[in-house]
Amino acid sequence: MTLSSDTVPIDMSVAPGPRGSRQLPRRTAGDTVRTVVRGFGQLLVTVGLVLLLFVVYELYVTDWMSGRQQHALADDLRNEWTDPATVNAPAGTAGAAEPAIGAGVAFMRIPRLGDDWNRAVVQGTDQEELSQGPGHYVGTAMPGQPGNVGIAGHRVGRGSPFLDLDKLRPGDAIVVETADSWFTYRVLGDPATGNFKSDPSGIPGQEIVPPTNVDVISPTPDQPESAAVSGSYLTITTCHPKYSARQRLVVHAKLDGAALSKAKAPDGPPALSGR
Amino acid sequence: MYTWIWRHLPGNAAVKSVETLVLLLAVVALLFFVVFPWAEPHLPFSDVTVDH
Repeated sequence: MTLSSDTVPIDMSVAPGPRGSRQLPRRTAGDTVRTVVRGFGQLLVTVGLVLLLFVVYELYVTDWMSGRQQHALADDLRNEWTDPATVNAPAGTAGAAEPAIGAGVAFMRIPRLGDDWNRAVVQGTDQEELSQGPGHYVGTAMPGQPGNVGIAGHRVGRGSPFLDLDKLRPGDAIVVETADSWFTYRVLGDPATGNFKSDPSGIPGQEIVPPTNVDVISPTPDQPESAAVSGSYLTITTCHPKYSARQRLVVHAKLDGAALSKAKAPDGPPALSGR
Repeated sequence: MYTWIWRHLPGNAAVKSVETLVLLLAVVALLFFVVFPWAEPHLPFSDVTVDH
């Protein structure tokens, strides 16, 4: 078919270019809509991927980051304890005063959570401290002292120290190591029956509470903060359920026996070698 | 969005693929080491203490 120049139909979607060469088609309304929809779709996929990466971050990356911080904290604390200035201090001065925020406090071992479960505890319970490991609530008793030693730690992520805290049973040992002593705390309740609530003090070995219940770290657990000291306790708080921060899982333990000098028992109390 | 980026990367397809990989790693690193640590305290997932 031949066309003469004055009967060539004009294609309105093609703009004439210099010397008659074709340019890109002018955008139609349909093209714009398609681009917007495609862009929106890509945005949604991107947001989804970022959220997925965040989950990966919370579950794995923070564990790696916290592992390194925990090692550094543990090394610093060991070095501090073997420092001649500490070793030669008069007996009884070690461990009574709270250290500065961010400093190491003690080592904690919980055989129920693993034979080699061992964490350095840091002073303070802000995000920055807790990412290094379990933290000691400021103002609560120091290990071995009368009152209530308050410890907070992450459940999932950032090293997950207390992931399996719910597995602690009445009578389970929580061994705390300070510069010169071992202290063995035991979860309250009846080991024979597994009943957490059987202690005469009325303090349960394990309870689930709302985050605002600060009485769990009172000098006497579950009493008002101003109530008198009535014994030597240790309380651990973490979040509950596992992947939520809606409530707190709380474990209460009581000091079992007197301090064991590290000079006399360098490998720890009997609790560490077989319950 | 992504086709726009791809078109504006210099080089041929092979070079662009490498550049895309580098950009991807850079974005992931930025997320993991800057954005997420900044965002974390503002999210309620990681509260483990009792307070008023």
